[in-house]
Amino acid sequence: MKNEIEIKIRVPNQTRYLSLIGKIGENMVREVCCLQNNKVSFAHNLNVVLTEAMTNAIKHANAADPDKEVQIHISVTEKELDVRVYDSGQGFDLNSIPCPAFDSDCLNETGRGIFIIRSLMDSVVYRKLKCGNVLEMKKVLK
Amino acid sequence: MNLKTEANGSRMIIFVHEERLDAHNSEELKAEMNRLFAAGSKELIVDLKDVRFIDSSGLGVLVSGFKNASTRQGSLKLASLQTQVKSMFELTRLHRVFDIFQTVDEALDS
Repeated sequence: MKNEIEIKIRVPNQTRYLSLIGKIGENMVREVCCLQNNKVSFAHNLNVVLTEAMTNAIKHANAADPDKEVQIHISVTEKELDVRVYDSGQGFDLNSIPCPAFDSDCLNETGRGIFIIRSLMDSVVYRKLKCGNVLEMKKVLK
Repeated sequence: MNLKTEANGSRMIIFVHEERLDAHNSEELKAEMNRLFAAGSKELIVDLKDVRFIDSSGLGVLVSGFKNASTRQGSLKLASLQTQVKSMFELTRLHRVFDIFQTVDEALDS
């Protein structure tokens, strides 16, 4: 039996939509994903990843411009979860964002978002498109 | 944001009555902590019993409060973390920074 879902959502560039998108992703994993042991934990992690990626798009890539928008594509198959967050801004250099140094920088108030995404997903790529950029995050499920 | 602040002696307890502490609402918690610091409070306890989701922005605001309290020779303690919230502290190693208690009463007794 085929058990795959793909959804595409477009929301205004505003943080008020973080909860909505995060919950959609979380519920999607709960319904579809065939993980046996840690489904609840993984569903929560997807909520975290979507929230962090959207916040990045809204505040940094799209420079908090409320007239811009963010597009989110989520696809889940039995083998892989693929999440893409599209922004329409200037973008940023993913590789220039340092990993938090836990000894000396533990008390930094910012800079943990990309680290969290990288910790919870298997691959994270940010690339420039014709009109904007996309942050693509993948997780192998089997 | 639904916050409730109670005094217990010299200590102030902030109850965060929200399911999420994220980039959308965490600045309001920061403003409440800053208001208490400005009014002379040095010892804060933040109760996260109702919070089932925290992101890097929420963590950053708590770090801000921790640093602000430390600067005043005070403290910011956390209480009643749900499992998923605790896992975010562990992922970012912040569980090594904060004093985390099972309940507000335990934080008050410490």
